[in-house]
Amino acid sequence: MTMPQPKILMFGWEFPPIYSGGLGIACRGLTRALTDIGADVTFVVPSHIVGAQSDWMQILRADESFFQSSIDFKVFPSLLTPYVTETSYLSQWLRSPEQRVYGQTLADEVLRYASYAGDIARHTEFDVIHAHDWLTYLAGLEAKRVSGKPLVVHVHSTEFDRTGGNGANEFVSAIERQGLQEADAVIAISEYTKNIIIQQYDINPDKIVVVHNGIEEQPHQSGGESDVLETLRQYKAQGKLLVLSLGRLTLQKGIDYFLRMAKRVSEYVPNAIFLVVGSGDMEHKLISQAAELGIADKVIFTGFFRGKQIEDAYKMADLFVVPSVSEPFGLTVLESMQHGTPVIVSKQSGVSEIAFNALKVDFWDTEEMANKAIAILKYGTLHGQLSDMSREETKHHSWERAAHKCLALFRKLTHL
Amino acid sequence: MPSICFYFQVHQPLRIKKYRFFDIGNDHEYFNDDSDTSLNNKRILERVARKSYLPANATLLHLLKTHPEFRCSFSLSGVFLEQIQKDFPEVLESFQQLVETGRVELLSETYYHSLSALYSPKEFVEQVHQHDALIKKLFGVKPKVFRNTELIYNNDIAAKVASMGFKGIITEGVDRILDWRSPNFLYRPQSVEGVKLLLKNYRLSDDIAFRFSEKTWKEHPLTAEKFVNWVNEHHGNGEVINLFMDYETFGEHQWEDTGIFQFLEALPRELLRHPDNDFVTPSEAIARYEARDVIDVPHTISWADEERDLSAWRSNAIQEEALKKVYSMEKKVLATKNRKIIRDWRRLQSSDHFYYMCTKFWSDGDVHKYFSPYESPYDAFIAFMNVLHDMEQRIEVCLAGLLQPKAMLLQETKI
Repeated sequence: MTMPQPKILMFGWEFPPIYSGGLGIACRGLTRALTDIGADVTFVVPSHIVGAQSDWMQILRADESFFQSSIDFKVFPSLLTPYVTETSYLSQWLRSPEQRVYGQTLADEVLRYASYAGDIARHTEFDVIHAHDWLTYLAGLEAKRVSGKPLVVHVHSTEFDRTGGNGANEFVSAIERQGLQEADAVIAISEYTKNIIIQQYDINPDKIVVVHNGIEEQPHQSGGESDVLETLRQYKAQGKLLVLSLGRLTLQKGIDYFLRMAKRVSEYVPNAIFLVVGSGDMEHKLISQAAELGIADKVIFTGFFRGKQIEDAYKMADLFVVPSVSEPFGLTVLESMQHGTPVIVSKQSGVSEIAFNALKVDFWDTEEMANKAIAILKYGTLHGQLSDMSREETKHHSWERAAHKCLALFRKLTHL
Repeated sequence: MPSICFYFQVHQPLRIKKYRFFDIGNDHEYFNDDSDTSLNNKRILERVARKSYLPANATLLHLLKTHPEFRCSFSLSGVFLEQIQKDFPEVLESFQQLVETGRVELLSETYYHSLSALYSPKEFVEQVHQHDALIKKLFGVKPKVFRNTELIYNNDIAAKVASMGFKGIITEGVDRILDWRSPNFLYRPQSVEGVKLLLKNYRLSDDIAFRFSEKTWKEHPLTAEKFVNWVNEHHGNGEVINLFMDYETFGEHQWEDTGIFQFLEALPRELLRHPDNDFVTPSEAIARYEARDVIDVPHTISWADEERDLSAWRSNAIQEEALKKVYSMEKKVLATKNRKIIRDWRRLQSSDHFYYMCTKFWSDGDVHKYFSPYESPYDAFIAFMNVLHDMEQRIEVCLAGLLQPKAMLLQETKI
C-alpha cells in the first residue's frame, strides 16, 4: 500500500536555462524528484513577464517531463530573482517597461509577493509549505498565517555567508531570522550551513534537518558545441594542461587563493594553463594579482560562461579547483565529477561533506592545494582513478535521496 | 586434544609523513613525522605499547609462570623490532622475557612485512634472512615455522618457503580452500614435501579479535568459560585449534575496559579444567600431529577482510601503479650499494603503504571501515609517489657518483 504523499505548496525559482544558478538547479532537481516519487506540488514562482507570458512557461511546456507532471505552476509576475539586492532590484525596476506592476523597491516587491502568496494559499489545497531562501520567507509565512499549515524553510545560503559576516544587509538578515524562527522546520543543504544557522541566527539544532543537494542524472544537454570547446581543444593540442576554476569573482569564491596555487603549480608544471571562468567585482583585482605573481601569461580570464560553455569547460579541463572561502554547498563540484574531471575542493564547503572522490584542502593552504594539483596533473593513474570514481560516485548523489528526506520531514510535520 | 595454538602478529610500519611534491630533491627523510597525527610513528608506538604490548606481555608472562602447560607464538616484524630497539627498550625486554621461558615460539617472516613474495623471489629471500638474523641477535633463537605478511599464501609461496628449510607455514583457514574440511587439523601444501600447514580457525579467532566487544553480537559478553565450552565442543573433531590474531587485539582494538585482559587471564585456567586440553606452539603441533590432507591454493589467499585475498593491497589502479613502481626500482637500488637507499627502499615495501591506498571502503556506506592515518586513499598515494620520485633522484645521483670514483666519496656523504 503506497503512503499518501503530502501536498506541497512550494515557493521556488525559475529553472535553468532562465536561471542557471544553484537555486534554479536545486529547485528543478528537487521538484522533479518529489513528483517522481508521487508528491503533488503547487509551484509558485516569480517570473519576469515579457509580453503576454513568461519565457519560462514556454520552456517548461516544451519539456515533456514537466509538461506531463503533476506540478501545478503558478507564475507571479515579478522582478524578483535569486540573490537580487536592493540596488540591483532598483536598477531592474528603473529599466522595466512594466514599472506600475512591480514594487518600487525590493522591500515593496517582497511584501507584494507575500500578499500574492496569501491569495494563493486561500485558494489552494495543500498540507505543507516549502519556501526556498529568504526572498520567499515572507510569502511562506503569509501562506502559513492564512492556512494554519506548517512551514518549512529551505536554506540554500544565508546573508551571513553571502557577505562573509561583513556588511550584512539588516533588512535581509531580519527576514531570514524571522523566517528561521517562525518556520516549523528548517532544511539546510549541508552541515556547514546548519552550523551557520545555529551560530549566527540562534536557531535550535533540533529544528534543522540537513538534506544535501543532489545532482541530476544526465547533465542537461543542450545540443552542439560551444565556441569554448574549440579554443580549449587548441590548448590541449599544444600539450597544455587545463586547470579550471568557475564561479562569481567575489571574495567568497577564493579565486585569489586559486591564483596563489597557480603560481606554485606553474613552477613544477610549466605547461599548465589556469582558467578563471566567471565575472564579478573582484575581476580587476585578480587580473592585477596574476600579473604581480608573474603568471599573467598562464592565467586566462574568460568572463562569464553559461550552459554548454560550462559543460565544455568541465569536459576539457584536466582538473577543477573550488577554493571557496565559504560555500553553503558547491554543486559545481558534483558537476565536474559527473564529467569525470577530478576536483580539489575547499573543506569550508557543504559538498566536501559528501564528495568522497574529490580531494579536500583548507582554502588558505595553497601549498597543499598546489601539492594535490601537481599530483593530479603528473600522476596519470591517480587522475584516471579519480576520474572514474568521481563519475561513479555522482550516481549515488541523486535528488531522489534528497526528496525522500524532505518528504519524511513533511510527513512528520503533517502527521500523514 | 584439541591443542590450542595461539599465534599473535606484532607489526608497526614506518608510516610516510605528509610528503609534498616540493619536498622532492630537498628532503630525504620520509618517516620522521613529528606532528600530533597518526603519521607520527613514535607517538603511535608509544600509545600501542602502553595500551597493548606492555599489559598484554605482562599478562602472558604471568600466565606462563602460573601454568606450565601454557604456550603461544609470535611474529615480530623487523620494522617493529627496529623501532622498539631504538625508542622503547622496555618493550623489547618484555618480549625477551617471554621468549626466555622457552614456551613462546617466534616465527619467521619478511623483515619489512612486505609483499615481496609476489614481486621478487630474490628480495623475498633476502628479507627473510635479514629478519631471522635479527631474531637470532635479539632472542637467540632460529625460527622454524614461517608466516608470510598478512598470512598471504599460495602454492608457489609454499614451495619457496619449503626450499628455505622451514618445517611449517601458517595461513588463513579460508572456506574456499578447505571446502568441507576443518581447519582444526594439519595439512600439506600442494606438491611440496617436508612442510606442514596450520590454518587459522577464523570463526573462533574472530570471536576474540573482532566480535569480543560488539554489544549487538548475540554471544556478547564473551567469557572465558563460554569460549572454552565452544572449544570443548570440538572434542573428537579436531587436533589443533589455531587462534591467530593481531596482538593489538589486546588493549588497542579491544580496549582494556571491554575486559579483554581479564578474558585472556582466565582463558588458560578455564581451558585446562578439561584434562584433554592443552596448548601447543606451532613447532610442537607440527611434531605431534600428522598432515591429514593436501591443500591446493592456486589463487593467493590472506587473512584480510571478508574476501581473504589480495584485494586489500591490490584492487585498484593506484595500488597497482605504486607496487609496480616500487618493485621496478629493485635493480637500480641494489646497484647503488648504498645502505640508506636500500633500507629506505625496503621500508617502502611494507604492505601497509598499499593498504592505505585501498578504495574498497571508500564510499558513503563503508567509509567507517577505512583505517588509515591519511585523509583519503589518494593522499596516501600522493605521499608515496612523491617519495618514490625523491628516491629516483637519490639513486641517479648515487649511480652517477659510482661511475666516477673520485666523486664517489662526496656523493656518499651527501646522501
